Amino acid sequence: MAVASKERIRDTKPVNPRVKSMKDFYKRLKKNKSALIGFYILVFFFIVSIFGALDANYGFTGISSNATSLTEKLEGPSAAHWFGTDHLGRDIFIRIIHGMYITLGVGFAATFLAGLVGVPLGILAGYYGGWLDTIIMRLMDVLLAFPGILLALAIVSVLGGSTINVTIAIAIGAVPQFARIVRGSTLTTKKLEYVDAIRALGARDGKIIFQHILPNIMSPIIVNTTLFIATAILSAAGLSFLGLGVQPPTPEWGAMLNDGRNYMYQAGHITFFPGMMIVIVVLAFNLFGDGLRDALDPKFKK
Amino acid sequence: MSENILDINDLRTSFFVEGNEIKAVDGVTFQVPKGKTLGIVGESGSGKSISALSILQLIENPGKIVGGSINFKGEELTKAKNSRMRDIRGNEISMIFQEPMTSLNPVYTIGQQLRESYKIHEGLGKKEGTKRAIEMLELVGIPSPEKRINQYPYELSGGMRQRVMIAMALACKPELLIADEPTTALDVTIQAQILELIKELQDEIGMSVVMITHDLGVVAETCDYVAVMYCGKVVEYADVETLFANPKHPYTVGLLNSLPRHDVDQDELVPIKGNVPAPDEMPTGCRFAPRCPHASDICSKLPGLETQEDGNDVRCWIYTEEWDGEKGVKVYDRESTT
Amino acid sequence: MTTFIIRRLLQAIPVLIGVTILVFSLMHLTPGNPAVIMAGESAPQATVQAIEERLGLNDPLHIQYFNFLGNALQLDLGTSIRDNIPVFDHVQSRFLITLELSVYSMIFAIVLGLLAGIVSAVRQYTISDVVIMIVALFGLSMPNFWLGLMLIQWFSINLGWFSPTGWGDPDQIVLPVIALGTAGAAIIARMTRSSMLDVISQDYIRTARAKGVKERVVIFRHALKNAMIPVVTVIGLQFGYFLAGSVLTESVFAINGLGRLIIDSILQRDFPVVQGAILVIAVTFVLVNLAVDISYRFLNKRIDLN
Repeated sequence: MAVASKERIRDTKPVNPRVKSMKDFYKRLKKNKSALIGFYILVFFFIVSIFGALDANYGFTGISSNATSLTEKLEGPSAAHWFGTDHLGRDIFIRIIHGMYITLGVGFAATFLAGLVGVPLGILAGYYGGWLDTIIMRLMDVLLAFPGILLALAIVSVLGGSTINVTIAIAIGAVPQFARIVRGSTLTTKKLEYVDAIRALGARDGKIIFQHILPNIMSPIIVNTTLFIATAILSAAGLSFLGLGVQPPTPEWGAMLNDGRNYMYQAGHITFFPGMMIVIVVLAFNLFGDGLRDALDPKFKK
Repeated sequence: MSENILDINDLRTSFFVEGNEIKAVDGVTFQVPKGKTLGIVGESGSGKSISALSILQLIENPGKIVGGSINFKGEELTKAKNSRMRDIRGNEISMIFQEPMTSLNPVYTIGQQLRESYKIHEGLGKKEGTKRAIEMLELVGIPSPEKRINQYPYELSGGMRQRVMIAMALACKPELLIADEPTTALDVTIQAQILELIKELQDEIGMSVVMITHDLGVVAETCDYVAVMYCGKVVEYADVETLFANPKHPYTVGLLNSLPRHDVDQDELVPIKGNVPAPDEMPTGCRFAPRCPHASDICSKLPGLETQEDGNDVRCWIYTEEWDGEKGVKVYDRESTT
Repeated sequence: MTTFIIRRLLQAIPVLIGVTILVFSLMHLTPGNPAVIMAGESAPQATVQAIEERLGLNDPLHIQYFNFLGNALQLDLGTSIRDNIPVFDHVQSRFLITLELSVYSMIFAIVLGLLAGIVSAVRQYTISDVVIMIVALFGLSMPNFWLGLMLIQWFSINLGWFSPTGWGDPDQIVLPVIALGTAGAAIIARMTRSSMLDVISQDYIRTARAKGVKERVVIFRHALKNAMIPVVTVIGLQFGYFLAGSVLTESVFAINGLGRLIIDSILQRDFPVVQGAILVIAVTFVLVNLAVDISYRFLNKRIDLN
């Protein structure tokens, strides 16, 4: 008797609508050319940045990003130095390659940390509602009152400038964005009929959240993550540009721009190339993120 | 038949999506006699709304009229210039849409939206326009129109909004009114009122009407002639008495059988089997063949629209010499609907 | 409507209190003694004690906070460690410049963004749409400080059209405004486009066309007013990003605004000034958002009730 009723429950178990939509999603994403371009650029940059990171730390090519050469300073692009040299005669191309993993790493790490804190907060607020929701979201509102780079700036001003501090500062600033989006999606998912049905079958909150809510809110999380990495890279570069982020002589792109701004009259290329690289990386993330969003939400595409 | 105000011949409107042509209207032919009402009946997706929008040249990208003619009072509309079409729209030919809730602009008052028609077509200023707008609202039975005129659409019920839509459509006394499912979104009691209103105003202004609907009840009540559409084609065209008394096309019969009736004993309602085919699975022959209880080999070829002895124009092989199926098949049996 | 405004005002109060707590905590969560940090590691004990005394660092934390809050409400943000001038005076003169820069950039972003977005939507899938959207994507992906540097490179150094530094004269205003406003223009353009496309496919637009309304009038009278509703929110948020982004722009163009004051004070460890300036920006942002929320609600009233 008990077995029979258990089986009946299994039979009538509501179907998670996600499975079907994931297939459509891949189909739509493959059709989106700009998203694919963004994706390929990113893959290429990852490979280059891994190579650059290994070379910067273990030096198997024997080229150092910090090798100075007083005879070759402020030289324009040439066959020997593709992107020219800076005020200390360092090769800008080498520095960009060696610094790529820092830019990407800070972007990823900050976004990951923000998600790690923001996603659970958003789920708690959305799933349980009530006073918990009010408290969490008011706290988020307080953080959101510091627009853009300002909160990171305030935090870095206290912690001091370093790669890790910049990452933490940017992550804190991004927590409310994750929390807000996740809360919204959780609320929507919670109202879906099949979640109601599962709850009616007696599933526990933890199970509902991990097996049913979380998979369903993954898509907005993924889209937001991709787009946020772009913002995080811009913020990190900005802080370093102000001299409050990653410190020289680390070849971080924002810090390189800061180095170059004093030589704009003699050597504009020092400020051109690192900035151009930031634009390409951020553009790739934006292209890919836009494509993901279009693929996940066809009504957005038009 | 009296003089036709609208004469549509072999109209073709297609949508071009990702390199595919979807033939929404595929060679439609019908006439609207002056002062009369033509009903266009069909399921959703049969192309009836697209036909209506084609008349006013309101088809939007990626849609396009690809062939045929639309003759309005001797003028060829498919060749008309944009400026001429603007003169016609809302003035000589007006249209009412299915969704009164969303067909009015939410950020402008009723008065502003009504006055616009007078401004465009009669060059009336604010004062004169307001006067005419109030008269029009009164005509369509809206209580205290002086007050309503300063209200926004959200302050009105669905039925009231549809009356406003009608007022707007009739503002410039059009010669032809196209009503695209004007009552579908409304409560049953309001439906009857709106249909009655259209009829009254038709008599008053002397206009012709194209009534698009999927509801044969509405057709019986309001129309003089009927065109039955299926998958972008007219499958039967007749005057309303003939159609109800002697339907010829199996699809028309199917529609009638799926309708509750009072005049005969029905054991049960008989739905038409299957679904409207998807655009990419459209049969090359008779579009209705896959769902037709009488389908035979020849139905894999497309029949023409032929006039029958009762006066119906029918697109079906059964009524032709070439018919290779069961002889003397009784498509419609009035007494026992099976 | 009135209840909504009152409710919204009341909601802003806890947020503002939270903002003051957070700004206050900045200095006190610092690892180590803030007085030592401000004075410098090698400063004599007496200097450290003087700073501790002046900032009331020896009082219990909650007393310190209430003092801070009470003073802030009377527009007393403390005094600068470096020059003993009240922080409020520092902030006030600089704030006007930053506000000017932000407002000009905002106007630039709105005008350019709306125009581009409308053209893009009306000419969907044509060359102009594609070009505008690509340019917008670039605008969105460009760090405003790098754009500023590039503008200086081309228009000041190479062409000599505009001054590369300062604020006030017309030839000093153009480049910073473009540098700061471009990303916002891109965001507004993208938002306007998607909102316009949404509105253009609505039933009431078809109604307008069926009335014989000219296409130009359909777009600007019937569609734009509806399409603006979601764009207004974006514009409100953008203003905050302009206030914050001005930190970078001011640094690039050597403009003596609030942003530069913050950076200089951070580098000089003048915490009261940093606190005061950040507080002013955050409070301004909260108030601007409040205003936008209320006006949005006002615009949106007719649709909400649908």
